[in-house]
Amino acid sequence: MNAAVDLAKNSIGHLLPDRFRPVIDYESCKRCKKCVSECSFKAIDFIDGRVTPTGGCVACGRCAAFCPTGAIEIEVIPDQFPPHANFTERIRRGIISQASTGGVLLSSCGTDVEHPIIFDEILLDAAQVTNPSIDPLREEIETITFLGRRSGKLTVSEKDSFAFISEIGPVVAMDMPVMIGHISLGSVSYNAQKALFMAAKELNIVAGSGEGGLHPDFYVYADHINSEVASGRFGVTSDYLNKVATVEIKIGQGAKPGHGGHLPGEKVTDLISQTRMIPIGTDALSPYPHHDIYSIEDLQQLIAVLKEATEYRVPIGVKIAATHNVAAVSSGIVRAGADFLTIDGFRGGTGSSPRIIRDHAGIPIEVAVAVVDKRLTEEGLRNKMTLCAGGSIRSSADMIKCIALGADLVMVCTAALVAMGCRVCQQCHRGLCSWGIATQRSELTSRLDSDVAAVRVTNLFSAWNEELKEVLGAMGIDSVESLVGNRDRLRYFGANPKIAEIMGVKHVGEGWG
Amino acid sequence: MVEGHSSHEFNGVEVSGVVEGDTVFIRADGRDGLGHPLDYHALNAIIRKTIMTKCKRIVLEGVLGQRYIGSASSRSDLKIDIHGTPGNNLGAFLDGSTIEVFGNAQDLTGNTMNSGKIIVHGNAWDVTGLAARGGEILIKGDTGYRVGIHMKEFGGAKPAIVIGGTAKDYLGEYMAGGTIAVLGIGPDNGKFPIGHNIGAGMHGGSILIRGQVSHHQLGRGAVFGDIIEDDVQRLDELIRDFEEAFKVEAPRDWSAFSKVCPNTYRPFSGHYDPTLI
Repeated sequence: MNAAVDLAKNSIGHLLPDRFRPVIDYESCKRCKKCVSECSFKAIDFIDGRVTPTGGCVACGRCAAFCPTGAIEIEVIPDQFPPHANFTERIRRGIISQASTGGVLLSSCGTDVEHPIIFDEILLDAAQVTNPSIDPLREEIETITFLGRRSGKLTVSEKDSFAFISEIGPVVAMDMPVMIGHISLGSVSYNAQKALFMAAKELNIVAGSGEGGLHPDFYVYADHINSEVASGRFGVTSDYLNKVATVEIKIGQGAKPGHGGHLPGEKVTDLISQTRMIPIGTDALSPYPHHDIYSIEDLQQLIAVLKEATEYRVPIGVKIAATHNVAAVSSGIVRAGADFLTIDGFRGGTGSSPRIIRDHAGIPIEVAVAVVDKRLTEEGLRNKMTLCAGGSIRSSADMIKCIALGADLVMVCTAALVAMGCRVCQQCHRGLCSWGIATQRSELTSRLDSDVAAVRVTNLFSAWNEELKEVLGAMGIDSVESLVGNRDRLRYFGANPKIAEIMGVKHVGEGWG
Repeated sequence: MVEGHSSHEFNGVEVSGVVEGDTVFIRADGRDGLGHPLDYHALNAIIRKTIMTKCKRIVLEGVLGQRYIGSASSRSDLKIDIHGTPGNNLGAFLDGSTIEVFGNAQDLTGNTMNSGKIIVHGNAWDVTGLAARGGEILIKGDTGYRVGIHMKEFGGAKPAIVIGGTAKDYLGEYMAGGTIAVLGIGPDNGKFPIGHNIGAGMHGGSILIRGQVSHHQLGRGAVFGDIIEDDVQRLDELIRDFEEAFKVEAPRDWSAFSKVCPNTYRPFSGHYDPTLI
C-alpha cells in the first residue's frame, strides 16, 4: 500500500505538464549563467555548455529580467489536454494533482479565476459647462484623509466666540486616501516589510503590520503602523500596542474568509520565531475564529479592552472579509465601537490560502463597500466612523471608484508588492520567491534592497494621488471627502443592471433630467 | 472626583482614594461626579492615574463587575488587590504586575497576558488565559470552558495556569506552549476533573491533570504522554506557587496525574497540496 501511495505522489510530474517554459535565444545568450543563479525554482540549469530549461517554471520572470542580453522569453505553454469547455484544463489539473497528493490545493495572491470585474464596468463623470473643472496643478485639491472616529456632527458654540465644541475621537491624519494593508513579517521578508514601512512614513500614510508582531527594528516606524490583532495574537504586547498609530482587529481576510492563518514551520526561522514569540520550526497557527469572539457583544469587549490598553489614544478598527451579509455585520461592528472598519473583497491577496476558499468564497468589494456605506448611512452610523475598502485595488481608477462607492480610503497590498518586483506568479506559499519578497531564505531576501523598494512604492502611491487629483479636478471637486459615497459621479456600463441597482449607481445614459 | 473619596496628592499625582504608605485604597462601588455608579471607563481611568503615582499596591474594594481592570499594566513592582467581583478581561495584556482577586473572576481573565501573575481565590470562568505568552494564573477553585486556548511559549517565557478544582471542555485548545495543571481538589477529589475535547488542535505545551481522564475526553491532535522528570519538577514548582498563594496544602501524588500533549508540532504538514495547477 505504501508503495502505491509513493507511486501516486511521484507520478504527478509525468501527469501534469508545465504551464510555462523559459525560451532561450541561443544566438544572443552569452552563457553567463546569471539566469541559472537567479532562478529560485530551479527551472533552468546549465547542461552540456548551454542554458537548459529543466521544468517547473512559474513565470516569475526573474531570469528574463536579469538576462544581460535579453535572451530569455517566458512562453505560456498551450493547453495540453483535449479541449473541453466544461472540464477546463484548470479543473483537470486540480483533479490530477489532488489524486496524487490527497491534499487541500493551496495557492497565493488574489484569485485568478475570471469572475467579472465590476470596477471595469464603471465609468467616471467629468464636469462639462454647468460646473467648471479644476486644474490640480494650479489649484489646491485636498486629499488629506482621516482614519478613526469622527464626531458625527459639528456643534458650534456661539457664546463667546465661534468655537467647535464637538468631541472628536482619536484620528490619524494621512496625506492620501490609501493605506498599505496587512502583510506580515513571515509572509514576506524583513526587507520587504521594512520597505513598506519606509514608504508609509515617507508618504505619511499607515501600513499594516500583519499578524506577526513587530520586529524591534521597525519600532521607529510605529507612528505609521496599523498593528493587527488577529486570532493568534502573535507578538501582541502592551509595549507594541502603545507605540503604533492604529490597531486593527482582524476577523477576516478577503482571500480566505472564515479561515485562519497557517505559517508553515519551514518559514518560522529564527527571525520569525522572535517576532511571533513561538519556537523555531513549529507551525504558526492563527485559529479560524478569535476564541474570545463568538458574537458582536464579544467583539465589543475586545474593542473596549484594546481602547483601555491603549488609553483611548489610538483608533481601534476591525477588518472583515466581504461576505454575503456584510452590511448587517458591519452595522454590528460599528455599534460595537469600532472607530474604523475595513472591508476586504474576495479578490484580495494572500501569502497562502486554500484555492477552494480563495477562488469561491466572498463577494466583490465594489458591491460590498456600496451596501455597507448605504446601510451605515441609513442607520445614522456612517458619519461616526471611517470606512476602508480593499480586496484588489489595482490602480488609482479602482481607488477612485471605490471611494465614490462609499469608502473613505482604500487598502492596497498586491500593487505595492508589484511595485517592488512581485510578478503575481502565485507561489508565495512555497517560500521560494525569486524577487526576495515572499521568502525567508537569506540568499533570496538579500536580493531586495529596502531603500530602492521603498522609493518604488512611494513613487507608485504618489502617482496614484496625483491621478486622484486629476480626476477630482476634472469632476470639479476640490476635496476627496466630497467624493466619498458620491455615486452620482459614477455610471454603470456592464451586462447586469441589477448590480448597478444594488450599488446605487445609475446606468450609462441615465442623467438628472 | 468620586463621591465618598477624598482626593490626595501622592508623588505629584492627584488620586481618588485613601493613601496609606505605599498603598492606595479605592472604592469601586462609589459614584462619579454626576452621581452615576462608577463604570469600567471611570474606574480604570482612576486606576491608571493611581498607577502613575508609583504606589506599590492598589486595593480595590467593592468591585461590581467592572471590566478590563488592570489591562496592560506593566509595572512589575505593582500589586492590585481586588475585593468583590471583577468583570471580564481582568488583566488583559498584563505585562508584569500582580493581580489578586479575593472572590471570583469572570470570563477572559489574563487575555493575551505577557508576564505577571493573577491569583483568584475563587473560580475563574470561560477562556481564562487566552493566548497567554508568559506569566502565571493561579485559580483556587474551578474554571469554565476553553481555558488556556492558544497559550504559547518562547524562550524563557513559559506561561502557566494552575486550576485547583476542575475545568470544563476544550481546555488547552490550540495550545502552542506553556503548562496547564488541573489539581482536581474538591468534593470529588479528582473523580471528574475535566470535560471533553481537551487539547483539541494543540501543537505545543502540556496539560497535566490529576484524577481520572479517559482517552475519549481528548480532542483531535492531543495524546497522552509519559510524565517525565521535567514534568514532575514543573508540577512541583507550580504546586508550590499554588500553596503559597492560597495558604493550603495540595496533593503531590504524581502517579494520579496524566499528561496530555500534542501528537505533532506541525499539525498542518501534509494537509496541503502546493502544486501549480
